[in-house]
Amino acid sequence: MEKQRITGAEALMRSLEHQGVKTLFGYPGGSIMPTFDALYGHRDQLNHILVRHEQGAAHAAQGFARVSGEVGVCLVTSGPGVTNTITGVADAMLDSTPIVVIAGQTPVSLLGTDAFQEVDLVGITQPISKWSYQIRRAEDVAWAVARAFYIAKSGRPGPVVLDFTKNAQTEMVDYEPVDLDFIRSYDPIPDIDRVELQHAADLINGAERPLVLVGQGVELGNAQEELCAFLEKTDIPCGRTLLGLSAIPSDHPLNKGMLGMHGNLGPNVKTNECDVLIAVGMRFDDRVTGNVNTYARQAKIIHMDIDSAEINKNIKVDVAVLGDCKETLAELTKLVREKKHTEWIASFEEHEKKEFENVIEKEIYPKEGPLNMGEVVRVVSEATNHEAILVTDVGQNQMMAARYFKYTKNRSIVTSGGLGTMGFGLPAAVGATFGCPERTVCVFMGDGGLQMSIQELGTIMEQQAPVKMILMNNNYLGNVRQWQKMFFGGRYSFTPMVNPDYMKIASAYGIQSRRVINREDLQEAVLEMLATDGPFLLETCVIEEGAVMPMTPPGGTVSEMLLEC
Amino acid sequence: MEKKLYTIIVHSENFAGLLNQVTAVFTRRQINIESLNVSASSIQGVHKYTITAWTDEETIEKVVKQIEKKIDVLQANYFVDEEIYQHEIALYKLSNPEFQNNPMASKVIRRHNARIVEVNPVYCIVEKNGMSEDITELYTELSELNCVLQFVRSGRVAITTSNLELVDEFLEYREEKYRKQKQEKV
Repeated sequence: MEKQRITGAEALMRSLEHQGVKTLFGYPGGSIMPTFDALYGHRDQLNHILVRHEQGAAHAAQGFARVSGEVGVCLVTSGPGVTNTITGVADAMLDSTPIVVIAGQTPVSLLGTDAFQEVDLVGITQPISKWSYQIRRAEDVAWAVARAFYIAKSGRPGPVVLDFTKNAQTEMVDYEPVDLDFIRSYDPIPDIDRVELQHAADLINGAERPLVLVGQGVELGNAQEELCAFLEKTDIPCGRTLLGLSAIPSDHPLNKGMLGMHGNLGPNVKTNECDVLIAVGMRFDDRVTGNVNTYARQAKIIHMDIDSAEINKNIKVDVAVLGDCKETLAELTKLVREKKHTEWIASFEEHEKKEFENVIEKEIYPKEGPLNMGEVVRVVSEATNHEAILVTDVGQNQMMAARYFKYTKNRSIVTSGGLGTMGFGLPAAVGATFGCPERTVCVFMGDGGLQMSIQELGTIMEQQAPVKMILMNNNYLGNVRQWQKMFFGGRYSFTPMVNPDYMKIASAYGIQSRRVINREDLQEAVLEMLATDGPFLLETCVIEEGAVMPMTPPGGTVSEMLLEC
Repeated sequence: MEKKLYTIIVHSENFAGLLNQVTAVFTRRQINIESLNVSASSIQGVHKYTITAWTDEETIEKVVKQIEKKIDVLQANYFVDEEIYQHEIALYKLSNPEFQNNPMASKVIRRHNARIVEVNPVYCIVEKNGMSEDITELYTELSELNCVLQFVRSGRVAITTSNLELVDEFLEYREEKYRKQKQEKV
């Protein structure tokens, strides 16, 4: 291809198109204006979604990336524009989400002078991004974009930040597309160590009570089928982390539920009874392990991960199988013997029964009293035939949704796991509707989280993004309130909240809405929401002091979950 | 766990901002860096960091992995003193006439095999090469003579004593892996 002389901003557009980008989330401003000007000429190829706050752009890019498996892209201005995306960058780092944030920056001549809307973006983002780089010359644009996308999506994915100086946007360059698939200092997929793999197989073949922990790595590595093949051949039950929930269908007989602080009794108790623990694409987060000194001490632990820095980070393991789990799971499946663990699997039942009787039944099939959060989640999940994409905000709504939503398809949960970002849900759901336009996207939020990103109703209105918003309004910051009740003597320090009239808000944005107070209206309201074309806000007025149970208190032992508070 | 002085050797690409990324890993865990030296390495375009820090093995192992995880870091390894040849240089500015008039002074300098590189009526400058402990020892003895105006040490530089050249091997391995990947694609 012949080289063409174009501006750096134009080179950015072409580089993005060369990477296959079709959707951007952004917000214009001073230092990125030459790039937005170039975008105007590409608006038919690059669909730019104007958000209402840059934090929303970052979360929308995350939602887009999580459901589509592609890189989410944000385009914002310097200074406050990009500092507003920082929460999203940190969130994407902790949850291994591939996004590229491109921000304007003052011209090189003004760097370091405290110029208008100048911040040391590379300095700020280095500790919370996979890579951050300042583009100072137009001739670096194509290379930097190619490198950014390669880094964001390869190996363990993560956020990349490009700090695009204004002079580099306006200067001319002889553009040539760049393809990049090698960085000598960066080995995204470690080689498989056959000896370790054999050790893992030997442990599994000798195991009487094995348990698999399924993490998001299985989804990121597209290894869902390999996982099922492995589980089915070895007949090993599994628990899933919050981010790994949809890696295996909910009704799979070997799926024994969710791990962690508010997970299911079975997999948590059994973590401390199993003889071999096989962790796949998960990182032993403290919300999963509770007290590490009482976590699975009796078990031999096998850790399969793509990131060698995760090995022995939180939990000392006996065997580490590094590599892409699509490959390592397939290889491991060849080495393990077919086996039945009927008795072991049956031993989960008593815990399932206990949890159902003490917690679940009351939560999702209540007969009286105000609406329950779990009940709302169940009704929505059933009404979508368990085929929708679940997006959550953070808090009780998140845990209830994670516990009671069911999954039949992969890449069906978008939630802020590591950072626990309130305000994540609504913009992430917007992103998800663009990442998977053919699927229904349901977002569960509390009254706290919705109000943290409520301005994105403007984006939803403008785009007519078909987000099904389920507000579970309890007039409290419910999760903190629950902790205050359990651990702070019931001193409700600034958790009660006075709420606006959400029906009026929805109506001001021209978004259809409905409020449900009574149980007998719930089913029909949910069906109305799902039957409505475009966005819909369903406000459910739920029990004010509901609690998410069971619970492993922070620093507690996984096998000693509390059933009531 | 037992704390030791570990020497961490990092090789990275020569990009702006990398020093920040390397030291940030220590900062995050509140580990004090005892000394830090950055210079070009024997491989063109590759920088070498020699860092020392007091910590335990479990921690240093995690630190090194987290440094190595940075995209533009080629390799990071940690060593104990038995695995490296290490050296430091130090300069001592000593006040005159206190130093010159003290009969002990020249004995101390000779015993430590240090060099006097500048003498004038106001001060002398003494230079000493050696192991970290030798440099500290000389400083202690000179301090006892009450004549030290300034003291500076370079921080440790170190090379590994193993017969394996880890970075060269790493680079060869990376190139080889890439060649194989390309072939597989074709």
